[in-house]
Order: sequence, then C-alpha cells, then structure tokens
Amino acid sequence: MRALPDARGRFGPYGGQYVPETLMAALAELERAYREAQADPAFRAELDALLRDYAGRPTPLYFARRLTERLGGAKVYLKREDLAHTGAHKINNALGQGLLVKRMGKPRVVAETGAGQHGVAAATVCAMLGLKCVVYMGEEDVRRQALNVFRMKLLGAEVRPVASGSRTLKDAINEAIRDWVTNVETTHYLIGSVVGPHPYPMMVRDFQCVIGRESRQQILAAEGRLPDYAVACVGGGSNAIGLFHPFYGDESVRLVGVEAAGAGLASGHHAASLAAGRPGVLHGALSYLLQDRAGQVTETHSISAGLDYPGVGPEHSFYKDSGRAQYVAVSDGEALEGLTLLCETEGIIPALESAHAVYYAAGLAQSLAPDDIVLICVSGRGDKDMEIVAQALGDSRG
Amino acid sequence: MSGAGPAAAGRIEATFARLKAEGRTGFVAFLTVGYPDVEATLRLVPALVEGGADVIELGVPFSDPLAEGPTIQAASFHALENGVTPAVCLEVVSRLRGGGLQAPLILMGYYNPVLAYGIERFARDAAAAGADGLIVVDLPPEESGPLHEACLARNLRLIYLLAPTSTGERIREVARRASGFVYCVSVTGTTGAREELPPGLDAFIKRVRGCTPLPLAVGFGISTPKHFRAVGQIADAAVIGSAIIDEISRAGPSEQAARLRKYAEVVTGRRGAAT
Repeated sequence: MRALPDARGRFGPYGGQYVPETLMAALAELERAYREAQADPAFRAELDALLRDYAGRPTPLYFARRLTERLGGAKVYLKREDLAHTGAHKINNALGQGLLVKRMGKPRVVAETGAGQHGVAAATVCAMLGLKCVVYMGEEDVRRQALNVFRMKLLGAEVRPVASGSRTLKDAINEAIRDWVTNVETTHYLIGSVVGPHPYPMMVRDFQCVIGRESRQQILAAEGRLPDYAVACVGGGSNAIGLFHPFYGDESVRLVGVEAAGAGLASGHHAASLAAGRPGVLHGALSYLLQDRAGQVTETHSISAGLDYPGVGPEHSFYKDSGRAQYVAVSDGEALEGLTLLCETEGIIPALESAHAVYYAAGLAQSLAPDDIVLICVSGRGDKDMEIVAQALGDSRG
Repeated sequence: MSGAGPAAAGRIEATFARLKAEGRTGFVAFLTVGYPDVEATLRLVPALVEGGADVIELGVPFSDPLAEGPTIQAASFHALENGVTPAVCLEVVSRLRGGGLQAPLILMGYYNPVLAYGIERFARDAAAAGADGLIVVDLPPEESGPLHEACLARNLRLIYLLAPTSTGERIREVARRASGFVYCVSVTGTTGAREELPPGLDAFIKRVRGCTPLPLAVGFGISTPKHFRAVGQIADAAVIGSAIIDEISRAGPSEQAARLRKYAEVVTGRRGAAT
C-alpha cells in the first residue's frame, strides 16, 4: 500500500500546507515531534495505557439484535464510541495530541469545537495533564450546546464565543488559528478533526485509527469474517477515517461516509461538502469545499453542530475520487428518525451526528441479505442534543 | 521549480529604485477593495498616492481571512456583502489605471478565490488590468509553484512573506524565489494596529537582509509616523493597512479622500502632526 499521505502531506492532490508563513515553522516542529513520538515505544505505551485506563478502551462492538430484527436484513453491529470517556470518539485524538504537547513542552492549548464534544475532550485531557486550555466556539453553537459549554468550564477551560462569520465551527477554527499564529511559541493547536494543514490530517487519523483496528479484531472474533459495510458520519470526518483507514486494504469491505444533507441538498441548506462541493482551500488544506463561484466559503446548515462544516478532511476527498469510499447525505429529519430508531430498538441515544450514519445504515441493512454484516460507528452519545431533539420532535411527542 | 528568473523591470522595481535614490522610506498602503464601496476605493487610492503612498495593496476580500485582525476582517466582510469578487477587484485595477494611476498596484488576498477564478486566468487578467504583483497570505513557498509559474509568465511579481518564526533555511528558500520585494511580517500574530513595534524586529530584518538584495517591506502592526520612521531605519518600506481602514471608518463619505491624503502626508512626514 502506498503511503498516505505522501512526504509532502498529500493524499493524491488533496491536503498540503496552505497557511501563513508564521505557522510553517510550528508545523515542521509538530511533524518532527509527532514522528519522534511515533517511533518511541514509551510514547505508545503511555498512550495505550491512557486509552485503556482513562478513556475506557477498547469500546465494545455490540450486535444490535432488536435493530437487526426490526430491519429484517443484514446483521447490524454498533461500534460504541459513545461509551468512551467524555461520550465520543474525540477523546482518542485529544489524548494523543495532549501527550504530544507535553513532549513538546508547550504549556498552552487552543482548540475549536462545534458540537462541543471535541472541546470537552480537549478540556478533559488538559485538566488531566495540567495544561491551560482555551476553546473557541461559534456563538450559534454556544447557544445550541449550552450543556457542553458548562462542562468545558467545569473542566477548567476558558470558552471564547466567536461572533464572526457564520458563528459556527468554521469560524471557531479561524479564531483558533488566529490565536495560534499570535501565540505560536507557547501554544499548540489541538485540532479536533482530520482537517487543517499537514501533519494534522495524518496525525489525527492515526490517533483515531484505534476505532477501526478494534472494530476489525472484534468483528473477526464475533463473526469470523470482516463486515460487508462500514458506515460512519462525516463532518470533518475523524471518526469515519478512524474506522475506514484500517479497512483500506480489505477490498471486500465497502466504506460509506454519511454527510449532513440538512434541509435537503436541493435547498442549499446543508453541509455535504463531498456530495455537493468542489475542491478548494480552507483551513490549510485542499479538499472538497462548499463555496460559491467566486471561491467564498458558503454558510452551511445541519441540525447537528458537529457536522455543520463546509470542508472535509483531505483523505476523504481522496477516497471519494478513487472510489474507495462512497459518500451519501442524510437530512435533518432523517437523522432524527435514525436517532429515535436506535432509542426504541436498542435503548441507545446516539449523538445527532452519529444518527446520520444510523439512518443510512438502517436503510442499507434493509436492502441486504441476513448473512450480510453492516458495521456502524456510533461516534458519540446524544445527551448533549436532547434540547434540540425535544424541540424538533415537540409536535409529535410533546 | 525555477527561481524568479529574469523579469522585465516594472513599476515595483522602478519605485524602489527611486526611493533608494531619494533616500526615502517607501509607504505601502493597504486598503480593502469595496470598503466602504467600490466607488470609494476608486477615489481613495489616488488620494493615498497624492498624499505620499508609493505602492498600493488592494485587499481582495475573502470569507475566511485567517491572518487578519478584527479591523480588516470587518472591512473584508463588508466588501463581501457589497458583492465584491475577484473579478470586481480586477475591474477596479483596470479603472484605476484608466484614470492615470502610475503607482504599483498589488492584489493581496487568500488562495481560494484565486483557485476558483483559475490560476492562469487570474494571472493573465490581473496583468491585463494593470496589476504589478500578487500577495497570497496563505500560500507559502511549499504550495506556491503553480501560481509562481503563472505570475512569471505574465511578468507579475509574486510577493512572498517571511515571519519572525521563519528559519534560516526558509528565508533562503524565499530569497531564491522572490521578486519585487519581500514582505516581512513584523510580529507573530494577525494584522492590526499596535502601540509598539515588536522588540525582535531589528534582528529579524537583519536575518532577512543577510539573504537577499531585494527591498524589504515591513508590515503588520504599523500605524503611526513614529513606527514608520523606526521601520525606515532598518527596512526599505513600511506597510500600513488596519490604520488606513480605521481612518476610512472614522470619516464621512465626503471626507474620506481628504482624510487619507492627510494621513499619508503625516505618516511620510510631508506634513507635521501632533503625534
């Protein structure tokens, strides 16, 4: 298998380092520190121990019996990232980068967050490692994810609301980068997804690959074979790439990424970069991007704050073009159906992000035979979304 | 990847040669195209030049200007609201030249709008409109290859930036590729007026000076005549942006041109001021 990314940080044509000169030295330092850490057995051992004892890994692979029966098609397995400490897969990456920050000797961390899950994971890891943590969050997201804002503050992080642009994840990343440019000597940018300039898409992918590695072993143990489909939601795409990458060479495993179709792709109010965008440069990387004809990044919409992002990780763009993965989009309403389906059949409340994957995978499983296997990554738990879900379902259940 | 190559001398080279002969510090003035509107830009650029600006940077607005502080961010969003696209910016260049403007004009912005316009097409149209160079804030030498070639082919200068964090190796690499002048970012940070120049600026400029014979312009955080004179001690030109946007914001539409002319006169020392 060829190296992904290549030495220049490219996944095919995608990726790269489109950042102001001020940051180039910091990116080189980060890449050097990361490669040294990767080669150091002590770093691996420390990270593995924390993933086990602190984050609660391995997370289970759960056979969803009632959901499978309800759908009447393929067997459905759930990778339970919602059971990881802090309630989502974000902790895998936050722990990895947190240990790297300690190695680099930087005392301060900035992070961005959309739904708040990465902000909570970053705040958690900074509390545990004794690092100062500042989290940038769009004003709109601060409003719709109030519980996670409180959690971050409780964990000792400073949450800075971002009032520029669309006041969501994209603008939080802009502000985090501006802070990083200003304080680069003392500060690490703990980015939460497989986006940004090289080496971030590679490094975050590597830290999230624990999802796919565990899933692969667990399904082999349970079924004696690999799944036919692996399905995950895609905003920036870190849980998806973490699941997909370890199956990259297993050609029988079809990889499906599910983007947010918001109010529908035709409405223009969505966040489906791969389905409806074209290649462009945002936040340091070339990748599929939602933009207007003049190259201005357009505003996005999704009921799920964590998917509400106009870009996507460059490795996904490469998978799309090469056909290794297929990308589909699921609307706000369909995601809510996915959420209630999992609640009613399995007693599991998924995050709205994950609910997109659940909805698509449910339809897929229905169309397959009973001896087929569909594996879904439940990337996070849904407690944070209860207010939004209650509002959206108010008419039918209130 | 070829180096800068033999570029036919243009307005930028002529301007810096004249500055050197006259023993003056160059004033590079930045303003966002379409702030507060396109007609204003057409009036304000000549006013700046009359007041003493030697080089004009025209900011091409972008939705996600991640190297900008609050002032230029706000101007950029305002211009986008006014419907300013890269095509409109090129038209502004063309109209300024049509009005007889002689000063070097440099388009400054971010990579994605250039990419969306088409790299070769943008270089061709910018040159045809009468622009002399481009500055692309998020395009370090590692990524600049295609635009660099396109600029060379059209006799446009691609102006590279260096920062206090640039290593010696990076400074030498930029020096190898650069043409026109080198833009030295004074601070690790975003654009925006600041009280004082950063303490390490002298040493940083000396490091760059040791690697290139090209003129050096210092930007980010420069706003007052005092800053301008201090930069003049160590570099060839000073870039002022946010302070100009602030001047525009403080004046009514009918007073903006006079105010910028005076500002340019004060900064360059043609006119005394309380500061």
